[in-house]
Amino acid sequence: MHNFDFVKPASVAEAVKALSADGAQALSGGQTLMPTMKQRLAAPTMLVSLTGIAEMKGVKVDGRTLTIGAATTHATVAKEAAAYPALANLAGGIGDPAVRNRGTIGGSLANNDPSACYPSAVLASGATVVTSKREIAADDYFQGMFSTALEEGEFITAVRFPIPDRAAYAKFDQPASRFALAGAFVARFAGGVRVAITGASEGGVFRWAEAEAALSSNYSADAIKGLSLDPSGMIGDLHGTQAYRANLARVMVQRAVAAS
Amino acid sequence: MTKVAMTVNGKAVSGEVEGRTLLSAFLREGQGLTGTHVGCDTSQCGACVVHVDGKAVKSCTVFAADVAGSSVKTIEGMANADGSLGVIQQAFQDHHGLQCGFCTPGMVMSSAALLAENPKPSEQEIREYLEGNICRCTGYHNIVKAVLAASGQDANAIAAE
Repeated sequence: MHNFDFVKPASVAEAVKALSADGAQALSGGQTLMPTMKQRLAAPTMLVSLTGIAEMKGVKVDGRTLTIGAATTHATVAKEAAAYPALANLAGGIGDPAVRNRGTIGGSLANNDPSACYPSAVLASGATVVTSKREIAADDYFQGMFSTALEEGEFITAVRFPIPDRAAYAKFDQPASRFALAGAFVARFAGGVRVAITGASEGGVFRWAEAEAALSSNYSADAIKGLSLDPSGMIGDLHGTQAYRANLARVMVQRAVAAS
Repeated sequence: MTKVAMTVNGKAVSGEVEGRTLLSAFLREGQGLTGTHVGCDTSQCGACVVHVDGKAVKSCTVFAADVAGSSVKTIEGMANADGSLGVIQQAFQDHHGLQCGFCTPGMVMSSAALLAENPKPSEQEIREYLEGNICRCTGYHNIVKAVLAASGQDANAIAAE
């Protein structure tokens, strides 16, 4: 790993200032960024740790809204997001216990790995991504594999979730990496159902409109039995072909509906 | 280089580190605590697990500077004050929860974190909690038995596999 300057600000304002430097990069739990730097796929000249900022940590409930500080670890969300059980459940299934003690929701969303779990929850819930500059609707935030609406120097400070009436996440994990081969988050609100798929598409997390329409009129696993996703554009690799992932994604939606 | 200070196994320590110095390197090379093993250096194998402020983390994927001021516990801190093996270590010995022994420090530290959270885990809960610790001798069965025994449960209750 190339060397870099390390700074650990105590407030959002200090972090904004530190990140305005050339070559500066935000560091959260580091569970993805550090392996990436070891492989020299990233070589920032300065790392700005966001884990010492108290205002970016914790889980708060206000009526039917759950707000999670961006530097909150997966382990804390699993334990403290009881007001949104599907989300707590998702957080408790990421990686392994040691990874969950370091990795954070903000880090996962900023990275937007096409197989990460959190993006599906944020997109299916219609959550709001709160950054150091502005608020971004989930539908505008995810812009393809490893790509987001975040600008240079901008970082996530919190995520605000409306709590659905019913929701569940189902993932089929790749047993070695424990990332999703395909994962589906289904959230049912009074206004309709939202379905987000992760792990399957080369375009990263996406909403499945046909499944949303079918489930909005009939909320049952059978309602989407006859639907299929177009395999072109799906990830095809040694773990599964494009057709396999397209099918697996539908099965995960059915399992999520049955579990919610 | 910057100076970082932290508590390791109850003792205040400090050292000069680069930004990129990993906690595993700070412990092994800086403090001579070579009980923490680096197996894969890619956060997959779990041999390097230590506790930071009571929580299990993979020390190869934490920067030393990022945990300055924390309280760290390593395998060297698991023995009793008189130097005899701690309960979990003793259970690993009694149940032969190791073959080559390379993964053992991480296994013991993850098991200690599990028992702190869940004092009487089921066999299934033990296997799930140790998901991030890999034993390439595949000695999992006796490791699970050792953790059951360390928690005061009947280690022989689990099916032979």
